[in-house]
Amino acid sequence: MTRAAVDASAASQTAEAVQEAEAVELVRPQETADTAGIHQEISGTVGTPFSDNAKMSTRHVDVFYGDKQAIFDVSLDIGEKEVIALIGPSGCGKSTYLRTLNRMNDTIPGCRVTGDFQLDDEDIYAKEMDPVLLRARVGMVFQKPNPFPKSIYDNVAYGPRLHGFASNRAELDEIVVSSLQRAGLFEEVKDRLNVPGTGLSGGQQQRLCIARTIAVSPEVILMDEPASALDPIATATIEELIDELRENYTIAIVTHSMQQAARVSQRTAYFHLGKLVEVGETNQIFTNPAHQLTENYITGRFG
Amino acid sequence: MNKTEQVRRSLKKRHRQERRFILLGKLAVLIALLFLAFLLADIFIKAWPAFKQTWIQLEISYDAEKLGVDAAADQKALKQGNYRGVLKKSLYAMFPDVTERRDKKALFKLLSSGAEYRLRDSLLAQPEMLGTRQQIWVLADDDIDSYIKSASLRDADQSDRRIKDNQVAWLDRLEEQGRLETKWNWSFLTSSDSREPELAGIAGALKGTFLTILVTLALSFPLGLAAAVYLEEFAPQNRWTDIIEINVNNLAAVPSIVFGLLGLAVFISFFGVPRSAPLVGGMVLTLMTLPTIIIASRAALKSVPPSIKDAALAMGASKVQAVFQHAVPLAMPGILTGTIIGMAQALGETAPLLMIGMVAFIVDIPQGITDSATVLPVQIYLWADSPERAFMAKTSAAIIVLLLFLITMNLLAVILRKKFERKW
Repeated sequence: MTRAAVDASAASQTAEAVQEAEAVELVRPQETADTAGIHQEISGTVGTPFSDNAKMSTRHVDVFYGDKQAIFDVSLDIGEKEVIALIGPSGCGKSTYLRTLNRMNDTIPGCRVTGDFQLDDEDIYAKEMDPVLLRARVGMVFQKPNPFPKSIYDNVAYGPRLHGFASNRAELDEIVVSSLQRAGLFEEVKDRLNVPGTGLSGGQQQRLCIARTIAVSPEVILMDEPASALDPIATATIEELIDELRENYTIAIVTHSMQQAARVSQRTAYFHLGKLVEVGETNQIFTNPAHQLTENYITGRFG
Repeated sequence: MNKTEQVRRSLKKRHRQERRFILLGKLAVLIALLFLAFLLADIFIKAWPAFKQTWIQLEISYDAEKLGVDAAADQKALKQGNYRGVLKKSLYAMFPDVTERRDKKALFKLLSSGAEYRLRDSLLAQPEMLGTRQQIWVLADDDIDSYIKSASLRDADQSDRRIKDNQVAWLDRLEEQGRLETKWNWSFLTSSDSREPELAGIAGALKGTFLTILVTLALSFPLGLAAAVYLEEFAPQNRWTDIIEINVNNLAAVPSIVFGLLGLAVFISFFGVPRSAPLVGGMVLTLMTLPTIIIASRAALKSVPPSIKDAALAMGASKVQAVFQHAVPLAMPGILTGTIIGMAQALGETAPLLMIGMVAFIVDIPQGITDSATVLPVQIYLWADSPERAFMAKTSAAIIVLLLFLITMNLLAVILRKKFERKW
C-alpha cells in the first residue's frame, strides 16, 4: 500500500470509529471498569494520527512477543520538534511501541516487529540500517534512572567517546558541560563532576541520563515514563526541561500521568490494549475527546 | 477468648521457635569453629618439629692428603675430594674410646647422609680453608633429630626407639660439650624433596604448584570468561545452547580423576605434551575448573541489571561494547570469586595429576612449565605415605604451607574484588 492510500484508508477508519464511539455511549449502562468499555472492540484510530511535518512516521505496526500480539496495526506520525505524549492504561503497549522507534525491541528474545517505519524517509528496519547508528539518532531515556556506575563526567562523555565526537579533551569538556547545562544539571554538579553519577538524587540522576542522551545530539528523544520514579519537585524540573528541549529535539514521551501529558505535550496519543484509539491536539484530547474510551480514561473511570 | 489473646498465645510459640533456631544456628557455628581450631592446633603441633632441626658441631681437619687432593687443587678437583673419609676420621677422633667396628658404624649414623656434602660446600665456598682445622655444623640424622625433639622418646626403652643406648650416651657427651643444637630449619623452604627426611624441603613442590596454578589461571580464566560471555549475552536461545548448558553443569560434577584420564589420552598420548610437567598439569586442571568458572561467571553476568546494558545500547553502543564496557566490569567481582573458587579447587587436587605423572618423586626444583614437577598436595600425599617418623612432621608442615598459599590467593581475590566493586 502506498503512503497516500494508507492516509485515505486511515481517514475513513476514523469516521467509522467516531460513529462506533457514539454507539458505545448509548449502550453504557453503569460506570464500572469493565462496562466502561475496557474490553470493547476497537477498530481504527480516531483523530489525527498523521502530521504534515513528520519526523518519524509509522504505518501498520504489529508487535509480537512470541505468539502473543502486543501491538495491533498502529499508524502514527511524530512531528518535527513536537512533544507527543503516549498515554493509556498499563499493558496497553505504549512502551512497546516507543521501543520499536529505536529498535530497542531487537534485544528482547522472541520479539517480532512488522510494519513500515520511517525516520526522515529512511526505513529504520531496512537491512542497510544499522541499529547502532539509528540509536545514535534516536536516543532514549528510561523509566528508572540508569546512570552508569561511573563519574558524572564519564556518564555524559560516554556517547561522544563512543562515536568519536571529540578529538581532544577540551572539546569533550565542552560537550559535557553544554549537555549538563541543557539538562539543567550543571549548576548543581559543576564542583563534583568526578563523583559517581549513582550518588546523585533520583531527579538529578534522571537529568544526568537526559544529559547523557543529548550529548550525542540525537534528532529524536524517546522518554519512557521518565518521571515515574521521581518526587513532584523533581518531576516538575524534568517537565520544564522537556519543554525547553522541544526547541531542538523531537520528543516522544510515554507517561502514566495525564497531568504530565497535558503539561508537556502538544499532541497526545491514547493507546488501549495494544491499539491506538485516538490521537489529537493535547488540548482537544483532554477537553473534548472524540472516542468514548479516551474520555473514560482521562476522566479516571479506569487506568 | 478474644483475638488478641489468641494471637498472644501463638506468638509465644513463634518466639520460642525463633529462639530455638537461633540457638541451633549458634551451636552449629560453634561446633564448626571448634573443629577448625582442633584441626589447626593439631596441624601446627605436629608440624612444629619440622621447623626445627638438630645440628652437630664437628672439628674437621681439611687435610689435603686425607681428602685425596693436591694442596693447590682447583674447584673441580675439590669437588671430587673424599669428604666422607674426612668426616669419619674427624668424628672418630672426637670419640677415641669408640673402637669396635659396629660401634663406629653406629657413631657415624648420628650424622645425616647429607653431612659430607655440607663439608664439601663449605670448602668450595672458602677454598683457603684447605689444610686448616675448622668447627663445622652438620645436620644430624632424622632419627637423632626425632629423638632430640621428642620428650616421649627420651623416656622410652631402647627397644621402643630407633637409636641405641650407646648413641644416646654419645649425644649426651656432644650436648655437654655444646656441640649439639637445634636451629630454625630454613632449608625446609629452600630445598626440594629427598629420601632423607632431614634434607627434604618444600621448595620444589611450591614452585611446581605456582607454575601449575599459573598455567591453569592463564588458560581457564580467558576461556571461561569468553565462554560465559558468549553463552550469556550472544548465543541464541535454542536447543543447542540448552544442551551446552546442561553439559557444562554436568561437567562441574564429574570426578576429577576422569579429567586426568582425558589429559593422559589427549594431551600426553595424542599431542605429546611432556608428562609430569606443570604445563600438562595446568591443562588438566583447566578442564576441571572451566565449568566452575563458566557457571559462576554466567550467574554474575545475569545479575547485572539489564537497565545498564539498555542505557549503553540506547546511546548507540554496539552489543560488544555494551557487554564489555558495562556488563563484564560490573560482573567482575562475581567472575573473580568464581575463578578463585576454581583455582582453590585446582590447588588442592591430586587425583587428576596421578594420571599424568605428577605424582612422582622429583628432586629438582622445576625451572619452567615443561620441567618435571610435583605440587603441594601430591607432596603431602607422598610424605604422608613415607615410613620415616620425621616425615610426619614434614607432612603437617607442608599442609601449613599449602594453607598459607591458599590464604594468600584468597586475600588477593578479596583485594581484587574490592577494587572492581562498584555501587549503583
